[in-house]
Amino acid sequence: MTKMTGARALVESLKRQNVKVIFGIIGGAILPVYDALYDSDIRHILSRHEQCAAHAADGYARASGRPGVCMATSGPGATNLVTGIANAYMDSSPIIAFTGQVSTYSRSSSYAIGKDAFQEADIIGITTPITKFNYQVRSASEIPKIVRSAFYIATSGRPGPVLIDLPKNVQMDTAEMDFSSNIPFRGYKPVTDPHPLQIKRAAEILLSAERLVILAGGGVIISNAFQELLNLAEFLMAPVATTLMGKGCFPENHPLSMGHIGMHGNPAANKMILEADVLLAVGTRFADRSTGRIDTFCKDAKIIHIDIDPAEIGKNLDVDLPIVADAKKALSAIYAALSEKVSKPKENSEWFKKVKEAKETYEGFFSNNNGDLKPKILLKELRQLLPEDAIVTTEVGQNQMWAALHFKAIKPRTFITSGGLGTMGFGFPAALGAKVACPDRIVVDVAGDGSFLMNEQELACSVEENIPVTVIVLNNSVLGMVAQWQRLFYNRRYIAVKLGRVPDMVKLAEAYGARGIRVHSIEEFRKAVKEAVNSDVTTVIDVPISPDEDVLPMVPPERGLNEMLIG
Amino acid sequence: MGEVRTHIISALVENRPGVLYSVANMFRRRNFNIDSITVGAVNGDLARMTITIKGDEKTVEQLVKQLRKLIDVVKVSILNPASAVSRELALVKINAPEARIRADVLHYVDIFRGHVVDASPETLIVEITGGPDKIDAFIELMKVFGIKELVRTGIAALSRGSKSIDVAFNTEEGET
Ligand SMILES: Cc1ncc(C[n+]2csc(CCOP(=O)(O)OP(=O)(O)O)c2C)c(N)n1
Repeated sequence: MTKMTGARALVESLKRQNVKVIFGIIGGAILPVYDALYDSDIRHILSRHEQCAAHAADGYARASGRPGVCMATSGPGATNLVTGIANAYMDSSPIIAFTGQVSTYSRSSSYAIGKDAFQEADIIGITTPITKFNYQVRSASEIPKIVRSAFYIATSGRPGPVLIDLPKNVQMDTAEMDFSSNIPFRGYKPVTDPHPLQIKRAAEILLSAERLVILAGGGVIISNAFQELLNLAEFLMAPVATTLMGKGCFPENHPLSMGHIGMHGNPAANKMILEADVLLAVGTRFADRSTGRIDTFCKDAKIIHIDIDPAEIGKNLDVDLPIVADAKKALSAIYAALSEKVSKPKENSEWFKKVKEAKETYEGFFSNNNGDLKPKILLKELRQLLPEDAIVTTEVGQNQMWAALHFKAIKPRTFITSGGLGTMGFGFPAALGAKVACPDRIVVDVAGDGSFLMNEQELACSVEENIPVTVIVLNNSVLGMVAQWQRLFYNRRYIAVKLGRVPDMVKLAEAYGARGIRVHSIEEFRKAVKEAVNSDVTTVIDVPISPDEDVLPMVPPERGLNEMLIG
Repeated sequence: MGEVRTHIISALVENRPGVLYSVANMFRRRNFNIDSITVGAVNGDLARMTITIKGDEKTVEQLVKQLRKLIDVVKVSILNPASAVSRELALVKINAPEARIRADVLHYVDIFRGHVVDASPETLIVEITGGPDKIDAFIELMKVFGIKELVRTGIAALSRGSKSIDVAFNTEEGET
């Protein structure tokens, strides 16, 4: 037991959690914590908007698998975090957010919770539906055990954001601190081991399958189950489709890879998944953007659903065999059960031939046609230019869907996108977070002009903090994805989608001390990317593209995956 | 959609500030329509909630899973109406300005095993406990006299017999 202030206990607790970096913005109500950080070797990165501090922590977490930490002052600082927290919640990303708060009481003034004090916001009330857990610390001595619990909760089971609200007097109060006390939650015991009987039944169903498809979601990445997935898929000769969040959990250059399913999924994946007689779904929540009309999704298939979150079982889709478990453990248990039953992996089957044919049928869809700066060509080109371990983040909109369709992810945690919340402005700060987590790797944000302009101010952070990344702006001077919906479903009645005079991206980058390059041909694009990824300053590559380009294929909203518009 | 009926759910939760908020918030966010919810501290740092909801099996199953997912929710069980005791308390302020009416009201209070807990020249307050049907029936009868005010606690329920979901009063039994 040692006596210290709440603020110091917080910093000490962070050190004990092995926290190396905090993204944040300072303010009055969190000042004592920052003052304690002054003496520590934890790196603080000054974001230029709290939303970006949260996205950066999120990008850090997704790239590294370690929890990301962000910090903000009370009131507006805390509310600015909200989008970032909601984003992490939807994509099950472990971030810990610390917010300053006005004091729990004050003897001499009304700077106290409940008094509408200066910069008071009920961040606990606001974030309850978008955090895995949140906690307002009521006395300094609670800090060590609350921080321990927060990291445990954020990273275990189905990960998610946890927020800790720190009233100012609690930061300043001195108390005896016990850093070894235990986690006080009786109601939280994530199940990670699969039930042996369910595994046995899964193995039986899998062996009986004639047209098996594996659908792998973000849970496979979170649980680091790539090798187990690969082993199982190869053993069963089963084609693997992913969700958008699962992209990267199975090498997309593998003969069994089908790409991702969904509204803008790979056409072969969308087609073949509906023909499966058995679907092994792992680490996915059957999101509406993935499945299309749920009543037409794999409706005749036997479905095995592995998920660590029991509440996902039966939430969106009724399944035949639920397995509540960690994806890695479940997949390796199934593999073990299968190899006990059969000695030899499955032969090249009829089904595999059909899958291969489907992929070939749509080959033309992905191939180059001419030398234009077409998004799909740019993204295929980008794949050629980047090493396999380079990390690509995306913004939201057409840019995101082009990247998902045409940039093949080969390694896990190399494709980082806002899947659940669909947050424009996520990609750039997430790229900064990823680069901080993986300083030796190349990080590229594939952006739309609209999205990039939402958080372009982080150029200041990237330059000042030496976090060099590459931003490729697919610049169509429209809010392209929405324009596409207006084109396809609203009779071309374009409203509120024209960005008009988009700021000059080159000058914009330069204004921040970053680099800007505009390209007009594929050769210039190649050259610019090579320069950018080797540069020690953030580079914005501005690529003018047509505003009339559609992302295809597209499954119209509320339709089944079989109703793809191909073009 | 399966058959819609009333379900009673019993939950032990950490008795911490904000727990009721997080539970109620989840119901709203997940689009569950709750009929009633009662909560009270039962065991120092635990509180017990009784939640009633109309819905089909699937809805209730999903509600229970979402409840269990909340960190501060320690245990949840669905009570089988056939093997559970459920009680509700109501206080009913009844217009009874005349002796004849009072006599009638008192007669019914007696039949329903209620108590008069307050009297004024114009009104009586009756306390009545029982299953929700009994309370509904009593209220229906009192409408004839005129109800000035009414409050119901919502249902509190426990399963019959030795079964328990309590973590502190008892060693854990299979039910969770
Ligand atoms: C924060 C936020 N606001 C609004 C939207 C709705 N929205 C989805 S895509 C899109 C257009 C994105 O435009 P841009 O970033 O230029 O990308 P493009 O589609 O042109 O590639 C909009 C407005 C959103 N997803 N996120």
